[in-house]
Amino acid sequence: MSHLLVREPGLQSTVQDTGRDTARRYGVPRSGAIDPSLLRLANELVGNDATAAALEVRLAGPTLEVHADSVRVACAGPATLTVTRDGTSRTESSWRSLTLGRGDLVAVRSVTPTTTAYLAVAGGIDVPPVLGSRSTYVRAALGGLEGRALRAGDRLPLARDAAPSGPDRLLPEPPRVQDAPLRVVLGPQEQHFTAAARALFASATFTVSNDVDRMGMRLDGPRLEHAAADRAEIVSEAVIPGAIQVPGDGRPIVLLADGQTVGGYPKLATVISADLGRAGTAAPGSSLRFAVVDVPTAEAAARRACSELRALVGSIRPLSGGFDLQALYECNLIGGVVDMTRPDETIIQAGR
Amino acid sequence: LSEVISAAACARVAALDRAVADAAAHGQLPGLTGTTRAFTVLTLHYDPLVGSRAQLEEGVRGVLDGLVPGALAEGRSWRLPVSYEGEDAPDLAAVAEACGLGVDEVVRRHAGTEFQVYVLGFLPGFPFMGDLPESLRVPRRANPRTRVPAGAVAITGQLGAIYPWQSPGGWNLIGRCPARLFNPEQDPPALLAPGDRVRFDPTPAVRVAELAEAIAAGELDSRGFLEQGT
Repeated sequence: MSHLLVREPGLQSTVQDTGRDTARRYGVPRSGAIDPSLLRLANELVGNDATAAALEVRLAGPTLEVHADSVRVACAGPATLTVTRDGTSRTESSWRSLTLGRGDLVAVRSVTPTTTAYLAVAGGIDVPPVLGSRSTYVRAALGGLEGRALRAGDRLPLARDAAPSGPDRLLPEPPRVQDAPLRVVLGPQEQHFTAAARALFASATFTVSNDVDRMGMRLDGPRLEHAAADRAEIVSEAVIPGAIQVPGDGRPIVLLADGQTVGGYPKLATVISADLGRAGTAAPGSSLRFAVVDVPTAEAAARRACSELRALVGSIRPLSGGFDLQALYECNLIGGVVDMTRPDETIIQAGR
Repeated sequence: LSEVISAAACARVAALDRAVADAAAHGQLPGLTGTTRAFTVLTLHYDPLVGSRAQLEEGVRGVLDGLVPGALAEGRSWRLPVSYEGEDAPDLAAVAEACGLGVDEVVRRHAGTEFQVYVLGFLPGFPFMGDLPESLRVPRRANPRTRVPAGAVAITGQLGAIYPWQSPGGWNLIGRCPARLFNPEQDPPALLAPGDRVRFDPTPAVRVAELAEAIAAGELDSRGFLEQGT
């Protein structure tokens, strides 16, 4: 079976797709990509459907060895890649696809200044769907590879035995990392906080603490005071990714993709969906500010983010310049050739 | 729909949920992607690319006006084995002391309660159940545990629960139940459903351990804990 062998697992590498929405009423969180637009771009670069499963890489990524005739991969997000073929390494960038051969190693190195990148594989990672999604939810060991993050020695099953034909593809102008305030809609329990706390929330600068995972991120900064001691808890109700809950200690927690389905802390505000990917990928130690918007503004921002993503997807184009060695390689048109663009490297063998 | 947790409040949430699903099926709630039931609140999720909150609020107002109160659900009856012994019940002695009761009496009253499942949530398959008798109501632990084992039978305030997964938790642990509360390969994946009635059956620790092993090995289906005739 064609697969990618995990040589090094990285810090927290999980299989994710767009998540599962149908099991929320049984207490199952949505899960799925922390930044869905990056997942989409990675999938588009390798020609996948938007729903294909890819690898979510946090902070430090994995090293994978190709156990397939060939494979096309692409990384979306602020990462650099190292590709090693026959002992010779080269650095590659995100935002383009790469066609690799059997035995090649691809490593996603440090992901910075934000924390998260996606490594998509043409055809998708072929783990069985659980409750309608391949996304990993570690708390209940659902989806992905045995419901957990990658470990050394794992085999990531591939849906295809070889890369698709045609040239590699490139996103010419990747999205820039933005540091505008995160837009939020107030509530539902903003009245559980003092007026001073509400004003502070909208004006202060918070710092992302080290307490960050796929469930949520705790923020350091000014304490957000509840209007009274008994307002620090509510009768548990639904919470969603983006909800900013504030427990009794006054330190806000932004819930993310694996956040629980119900919670008993009052929610001061909710990050709007257009900014949620940016919230979830903020690095520990980085600064965050919030800007309050109304619901129609949040809805318009969601529509705008969707059309911006569509424009980015539309701008992906084939890599030009000379004939495409890898495409030829893939089509088995050649039995071996010296790559003149990389004279240090040895002969590429095809037809295996 | 209410300020306090009660079976009646949960029934209203359930009735509204059913009415919302019905309205959505008739195209009256554009953009609705799902709902989440809780004790006193029904949350509507929507896709802002399809609908708007203003449209949904208008649609739901109509549903609320026509809402007919109903039961939480027909509900099935369960009899779940529980070990109240030793390591399976690390907080039982403290709960007994806080309640001014003997340990045996706490067990007798807990096992003598017919719980109703109010809400599923927090973790997959996690059942919030009520109501505990007044005499057994204790607050959360001052120091939440970082590891509550799967199967822990827990109480706090008026509520009882069983942890389907190992997880951090602040509830008082008074027993262990071997039932598998969530299985993604079954439909529905959660063993219990809102409206179901649950009784706990005091069972020797050794027997509970055997049952847990048989369930883990796939030799025993937890749906077998359904009471006959329901």
